[in-house]
Amino acid sequence: MSNTASPRSEIPLLSARDLTKRFGGLAAVNQVSVDLWLGQIHAVIGPNGAGKSTLTNLLSGDLPATSGTVVLRGQDISGWSPEKISSHGLGRSYQKTNIFRSFSVWENVRLAAQSRSQPSAFNPLQWWRSAFNMHEVNERAERAMELAGLHKRRHHVAGEASHGEQRQLEIAMTLATEPSVLLLDEPLAGMGSAEAESMVQLLLRLKKDHAIMLVEHDMDAIFTLSDRLTVMVNGQVIASGWPAEVRADKGVQAAYLGDELSEAH
Amino acid sequence: MSAPQSHLETLPRSLNVLLALCFLALLLFPFVGTDFYVQMVSRMMILAIFAMSLDLLQGVTGLVSLGHAAYFGVAGYALAFLTPAGEPISLYTSLPLAVAASALLALMIGFLVVRTHGIYFIMVTMAFAQMVFYLFFDNKALGGSDGIYINFKPDAKLFNLENKHVFYYFTIACLLAVYIFLRRLLWSPFGRALAGIRVNEHRMRALGFDTFAHKLCAFTLAGALAGLAGYLWGAQTGYINPELMGFHMSAHAIMMVILGGMGHFAGAIIGAFSFEYVLHVFKDLPEVAGFNLGKHWQLWMGLFIVALVVFAPRGILGLLAKIFKSNGDAP
Repeated sequence: MSNTASPRSEIPLLSARDLTKRFGGLAAVNQVSVDLWLGQIHAVIGPNGAGKSTLTNLLSGDLPATSGTVVLRGQDISGWSPEKISSHGLGRSYQKTNIFRSFSVWENVRLAAQSRSQPSAFNPLQWWRSAFNMHEVNERAERAMELAGLHKRRHHVAGEASHGEQRQLEIAMTLATEPSVLLLDEPLAGMGSAEAESMVQLLLRLKKDHAIMLVEHDMDAIFTLSDRLTVMVNGQVIASGWPAEVRADKGVQAAYLGDELSEAH
Repeated sequence: MSAPQSHLETLPRSLNVLLALCFLALLLFPFVGTDFYVQMVSRMMILAIFAMSLDLLQGVTGLVSLGHAAYFGVAGYALAFLTPAGEPISLYTSLPLAVAASALLALMIGFLVVRTHGIYFIMVTMAFAQMVFYLFFDNKALGGSDGIYINFKPDAKLFNLENKHVFYYFTIACLLAVYIFLRRLLWSPFGRALAGIRVNEHRMRALGFDTFAHKLCAFTLAGALAGLAGYLWGAQTGYINPELMGFHMSAHAIMMVILGGMGHFAGAIIGAFSFEYVLHVFKDLPEVAGFNLGKHWQLWMGLFIVALVVFAPRGILGLLAKIFKSNGDAP
């Protein structure tokens, strides 16, 4: 494992400090700090309801944080809209597949790629040229399709593709925006073992050029992939560090793995 | 095309040929039609432009505006105010000004309304349109409830719009230009982004699209094109009144778009023609056993639309596409 690989840069690509999200009296995310480095996968685990998806939503701007700051590539993005954060180099996938169901697989990815070559909506040139021969966009989409292994499914209607393919599409769309920081919310959920294995391989390939936060339940995948591991319970971080350290942590074993065991019975 | 919620964007080739033939028939119509019918078809074409402008919001972007008539009416009023009492105004100054007036109004109202979603969008667009309606309805200086006469058709120098046939061809040229513009726009990066907003706005934002700017731009463009239709309406009828900006006018436009089929602008044209034709038929229904059928045209119209939505949920064009497709698929 690459636990010993040192980060390629001194500053994390994304750094969140003391993020808190309250829904009424409930703190879904409470004083959580996370750093994402280029070339590393930072896995976030925790039982259902621990606040992992909420954390993802806070980082991507889908939800506004109650307090705390997020710095993305040297810029404070706290309070920014999702589209602005995305344009600044953050890409995310969703736990619940969130695609353009009536579009073809290719159009899903192409549209995602188009977002990087999109001048103002009020530019009349945007109304007249064809969307389909934008060279740069097609190339970007093609690369993302290839990476996610979807090139054979190009003409399928996205909503009719298999669950695994929709998960791949979810990733392909995120990649087509060429983010430097990737937030992946349970990319392996509901995948067969062959599909999961190819997804793991994909994530290992992506790691080189991205800072990745991976929210996942699959323990095998987590210990294969993660360089850093954070455990959340009830909205709080109870342990964070190298996977081996975290695994040895007594608190984690009691609070999280213990829960998992009792859930299994 | 096979996903159930997908809108009409492309049509079978044979249906495209049929539509081209219909257009050819429109071109030739003045040679056979009487003046009355030439004017009626001109009016249908004007409403078709109006319906297409709404389809950009309703069918493409998924924004159902219940106040679209406001932008239609404002351009008509602009022509009325611009036309001096004793002489015509140049087409080349009044048309851009009238369209700009509608676009500006749409930009201002759009800035406030495109932030809302679903039912709220419908209510807020209607509320603003009603405000515009009452502004004109209650102000004598703006013509009041009686409206304003436009004594002269705009002066086009190169051709004479007072001639009904010339006006017909001018309208058909506008119809074709708007259709081509919108069809191109549909397949442009902007159009694809609008379709993305209709299908999944949340994901569009996560992908980095400024959906607010896109919706505002679509709203403004739709308002401008509705303005073109309103201008032509004012020029053709020589009379403009607040009813043209009213709730009924907006609702009729929605029905036209649904009737014809959303998402493909040819649907809006077919919808406008069918709606006007059916209206004409229902209003002319005879009295049967002391009951005036024609007087209750709204009832028949309502039943007609309900029946259509049940049997052809994607409108007349959707129904035709289905028929032509199944014929085309057969060996």
